[in-house]
Amino acid sequence: MIEAGFFYLFGGMAILSALGVIISGNTMYSVMWLILCFFNASGLFFLLGAEFLGIILILIYVGAVMVLFMFVIMMLEVNKTAKREGWLQYLPVGGMIALILFIELVAAATSGIFTTDKMAMMSHYGGEVNNTVEIGKVLYTELLLGFEIAAIILLVALVGSIVLTLRERQDAKYQNISEQVKARKEDRLRKVSM
Amino acid sequence: MSSVYDFIGGLVGFGLLEGTIQVLIWALEILAIAVPVALTVAYTTYAERRVIGWIQVRQGCNRVGPYGLLQPLADGLKLFMKETIIPARANKFLFVAAPVMALTPAMLAFAVVPFGETSLFGFWDEPHVMAIANLNVGILYIMAISSLAIYGILMAGWASNSKYALIGAIRATSQMISYEIAMGFSIVCVLILAGSLGLSDIVHAQDGGILHWYFIPLFPMFIVYFISGAAETNRSPFDLPEGEAELVAGFFVEYSGMWFAIFALAEYAAMILIALMTSILFLGGWHPPFEFLSFIPGTVWLLLKTSMLIFVFIWFRATFPRYRYDQVMRLGWKVFLPWTLAWIAVIGLATYAEQIHENLSFISDVIGFYQPWR
Repeated sequence: MIEAGFFYLFGGMAILSALGVIISGNTMYSVMWLILCFFNASGLFFLLGAEFLGIILILIYVGAVMVLFMFVIMMLEVNKTAKREGWLQYLPVGGMIALILFIELVAAATSGIFTTDKMAMMSHYGGEVNNTVEIGKVLYTELLLGFEIAAIILLVALVGSIVLTLRERQDAKYQNISEQVKARKEDRLRKVSM
Repeated sequence: MSSVYDFIGGLVGFGLLEGTIQVLIWALEILAIAVPVALTVAYTTYAERRVIGWIQVRQGCNRVGPYGLLQPLADGLKLFMKETIIPARANKFLFVAAPVMALTPAMLAFAVVPFGETSLFGFWDEPHVMAIANLNVGILYIMAISSLAIYGILMAGWASNSKYALIGAIRATSQMISYEIAMGFSIVCVLILAGSLGLSDIVHAQDGGILHWYFIPLFPMFIVYFISGAAETNRSPFDLPEGEAELVAGFFVEYSGMWFAIFALAEYAAMILIALMTSILFLGGWHPPFEFLSFIPGTVWLLLKTSMLIFVFIWFRATFPRYRYDQVMRLGWKVFLPWTLAWIAVIGLATYAEQIHENLSFISDVIGFYQPWR
């Protein structure tokens, strides 16, 4: 009963904060609403007994991704007056995407795959199942190929973004740090007998 | 990990009286950690001023009370009495919320730190771990919570509406993100050896004297973790975000009075946490270095190791000049990151050496056969 209460608390807060992201006029506040949304989603994972996923969600999305979001927004000149312009123009596309996602969700929920008897909750096995260990075992044995492919895709994206944005400026003067570190007293200092 | 369920069950399962008692016990547990942490933070500032004073052949603060011991209280009183000034064009809500968001994660992280083991003078049959919550993903929790501290700094920098504060916040962010990676990888090495994400399991894995502590097989990682910790908490010589020479005071330049003090408290709490984590991960936690010294309680050992590391942090501050910013970034990305990656490979190979010939043949089903956590 109280579990359901916590579920509705986290779920309701997640929806409210997601609404806050799009309604809020200040971009900085939007980012903070999104952070709150992630926290509530992680609360839902905790309720399911998936503490590894819950912590990883906070660690990666709140601790790293949103920091970069905020970093970019801080550097932008945010124009508060022009915030609502042209939202009707994007409504058809956005509405289509929302509709497709909604249909997919309903289809998945009613398909009978995600039922409680097929996906028993970890926490109901009692203390002996450690889901960090279980996720590790599955990820590095059965799902090894997919895991590695995902890792390679991320690496390629990483290298690609660096290659696209790296600009070697010819006119700038860079220090060669290994040269600086290598410098010894004898190179710079000369004793002259007077 | 069933502490969430314990919590919920605790609210439901007990009657009103037992429920109240349970909540009181939790409150006492939290106070028993939070109050000493706050006091330690206050007296770390005192220790820092005295130690740096001695290193620089000065006296340090020795006027208020015997040996200047009341100096932190006097400082606190002074800061409480001061007026908090909010800049006219600052974002008032975020400006006031930022110090709170900086201090909260710093204190929250102490919830999972195991301070030792006790059987309460034979009251319990088996020793219990002294932590508010003994999570089995404790180390991930610490990393997740301490990565939240950046929001306080970012918001302080942005909400102040000042270019120095903004640049300070940007520096702090890039520095913390860079060094978090090196810290994460050095922790991975510990996890490979310990086979668990739980802090108490990691300490148990280092049982049996100084030769079993992880700073011996993981010596480079020990150094990387500690230095990254200094960079992560914006300690000197990595205190670029608050470098007074070029940024006045960095991200908290517009803050005054107690709001300013809260940032300092958060920084010192984070420093104590890094020292505690280094002793837990690499220096055997609450285990004594030699068996014959085990009559001294484990908590004393843990706090001794932590104090030693805090002293090293202070020593750093008195010894090294501040880094240049591009060199801070270079150290994080070009030195520590490859170093940690290489050491993960070394430790991984060393740990699984017996199984290598089996693990290399993917056809056989022996992958995952070797389970150090069992």
